[in-house]
Amino acid sequence: MCLGVPGVVIEIEENTAVVDFDGIRLRVDTFLVPDVRPGDFVIVHAGSIIAKLSEEEAMEVISAWRELLAALGGESV
Amino acid sequence: MGESPVSRIIKAYRDPAIAKLICNRITELVKTLVKKEKKEIIKIMHVCGTHEHTITYYGIRDVLPETIKLIAGPGCPVCIVPAREIDEAVKIALEHDALVLSYGDMYRVPGSKMSLANARSMGGNVQVVYGFRDAVEKSRKTKGKAVFFAVGFETTQPTIASYVALNKIPPNMSILVSHRLTVPAVKYILKQPDIPLDGIIAPGHVSTITGAGAWSFIAEDCGLPVVVTGFEPIDVLLAVMDLLEMLVKGKPKIVNEYSRAVSWNGNVRAKEYILKVFKVVDADWRGIGVLPESGLALRETYSSIDARKIFNIRIDRWIDVKPGCRCPDIILGRAEPTDCPMFLRACTPEKPLGACMVSSEGTCAIWAKYGGYRRNVSIRDQ
Amino acid sequence: MSSIITLAHGSGGIKTGELINKVIRSIISFKKVSSGVGLDDLDDSAIIPLNGEMLLALTIDSYTVKPIFFPGGDIGKLAITGTINDLAVMGALPIAIVDSIVVEEGFSIDNLRRIVQSMNEVSVKEGVAIVGGDFKVMPKGNVDEIVITTAGIGLVRKNELVLDSGAKVGDKVIVTGTIGEHGATILAMQLELEATDFNLLSDCSPITKVIREVLSIGGLHAAKDPTRGGLATALNDIAKKSQVNIVIRERDIPISRGVRAICELTGIDPLHLACEGRAVMVVDGEVAETIINKLRNIGCSDASIIGEVTEEGEGLVFLKSVVGGTRIIDPPRGEVVPRIC
Repeated sequence: MCLGVPGVVIEIEENTAVVDFDGIRLRVDTFLVPDVRPGDFVIVHAGSIIAKLSEEEAMEVISAWRELLAALGGESV
Repeated sequence: MGESPVSRIIKAYRDPAIAKLICNRITELVKTLVKKEKKEIIKIMHVCGTHEHTITYYGIRDVLPETIKLIAGPGCPVCIVPAREIDEAVKIALEHDALVLSYGDMYRVPGSKMSLANARSMGGNVQVVYGFRDAVEKSRKTKGKAVFFAVGFETTQPTIASYVALNKIPPNMSILVSHRLTVPAVKYILKQPDIPLDGIIAPGHVSTITGAGAWSFIAEDCGLPVVVTGFEPIDVLLAVMDLLEMLVKGKPKIVNEYSRAVSWNGNVRAKEYILKVFKVVDADWRGIGVLPESGLALRETYSSIDARKIFNIRIDRWIDVKPGCRCPDIILGRAEPTDCPMFLRACTPEKPLGACMVSSEGTCAIWAKYGGYRRNVSIRDQ
Repeated sequence: MSSIITLAHGSGGIKTGELINKVIRSIISFKKVSSGVGLDDLDDSAIIPLNGEMLLALTIDSYTVKPIFFPGGDIGKLAITGTINDLAVMGALPIAIVDSIVVEEGFSIDNLRRIVQSMNEVSVKEGVAIVGGDFKVMPKGNVDEIVITTAGIGLVRKNELVLDSGAKVGDKVIVTGTIGEHGATILAMQLELEATDFNLLSDCSPITKVIREVLSIGGLHAAKDPTRGGLATALNDIAKKSQVNIVIRERDIPISRGVRAICELTGIDPLHLACEGRAVMVVDGEVAETIINKLRNIGCSDASIIGEVTEEGEGLVFLKSVVGGTRIIDPPRGEVVPRIC
């Protein structure tokens, strides 16, 4: 239901974090995920971090589908 | 700076080659279903404005077989916030000397008489905010009273709840609460008779808060396959494919495709903040009517920041569902815009009446603009 | 139509078009000089026939950008550049500009001096004389800091006149560089976003030289500078006036990292963000590659062919997305505001 944008935590201050979105930086709240550390991947919605984002999980899902689809479709990707 | 990991993820989930493979697989699965189950139409509902944006923006209906109907259920605040609550915000802006702060989504949505954008043109002090943090800062900088028009679902609510619980709300700021809950709404809808749906795509970012588990009732109690997915085009295509795989096997389950961001239990801290600050109440949804336990209201302990109490607004007359308007059926996939007598007559994109025409991504607005879910566009086969 | 003016009427999109048609074009009756281009065409400039081979191009625009100083320029540079570009896309050689400046009581004279210096810089560099002007002051609060209006004239050879209505089936669509830079820069300032490891600048710059080079090659059928309302509005304008349908491919549209990041963050479509130093051109299919090569070696490194004119039609613009689906592109309906859903 909501626009959530992936970014990387750069810096942490009390209750706020600076998050980098591919070159654009924005100060956001960390009330909902207070244990974020610099270098964490996060999802930001309406000025707040709502969740951490796992790159391994993202890549695992994609590569799992790649193999299954390649096997089914016969074409290599 | 080399390619950041985040943009690597985005690129992977917008990869045309994978999209093609998924579409080929989808076409095969549809053929099997049509043969095996004699199905002419497969209706898949999502309940999220941002999913609808991804579907429309990337033209996903266009790459799916015609048999699949992707239906926009009640999932974006623009479509479902009742006219009465917009009228309340407009009344505060025009009649009480207060600054009304609203997300861009709600700024142009017409209430019974006008939108907040119109109210601003008539001298009302209305400003668009990018997030709640932005609203708090704008309230601090304003001398008089400030009111935040709090729309949105489980994703947006905890931010506001955390500020209230940790009393970080500036003294001159109050909240006009207009939150809705997606999970109880879908639960209520799927209990209705003759719901012709074959599968559900559950909203990814709501689920970062509620957890994927919140949607398991769809498979367990309603026997429909459900996939929690993200907002890249590949996310949506994968979800459609997962649903079709389950339909072919005849085993409805819950699949969490958005595992990179969604866990089974969600954000426990966020849920605690919501429960601490809000209580669940029955709420009306524009175009559908009252759904039990599907909205939030501030608890008594926080009535000092409840805009409805501070400004004691009474809206006596409002218009929500016009007689003859078929929005309730369209939102649930029981009817299409062309089945509605007012479609492109009394109800047009310029003068939207029903919820599905109000939002630029509502089902009727899309049909009015694109002439049906799919334009048989000569270039598509290039 | 609503009974009062709203900010949406000023967005350059659908609402602006409605208001101009219903309130202005329907009332004004004497709308062009002999066979020239006039109020009914609503092209980037009007055209007044002179005797002999030359035509006179005339245009006017007002500038209310907030903030008035921004990375890549200021309201002064914008006021001269924008009017030069409106003349250039007609195939005209801009020659003279007059300006009207309305300032709020209390406005700093140093800032005014800075703004006029920027106006002068563009005028000198482009060889377009600022031949006159008007200056007014309004009481504090009755105007927001400063509003600059500029009118410009240029000379067009008859055989080099470029109208919005000239697009033909088989033509290619070209943009001369990355889109949405100005709109994104202003939006980032309003939302207090900071661009760090690269600079996000307005693309505010004159495009006369670019258009002259393309004219020298020939085959330029239609051209616009996609300012307010962005590429979406400019393409819809050309398609409707030429009565053709246009298809563009998302993966070929040049968008810089900064503009892409800001659009992802705010949920705004980059096709709706203003450019202030770009042209969108519809050119004969045969010369498209030649034009692109020429543009790239005169400094337009991101110039790209982004689509083509596919068929005669009601003037629809289609986008083929990276995953192969097609959608219709509309001009923005009202103000372009960030969204959360």
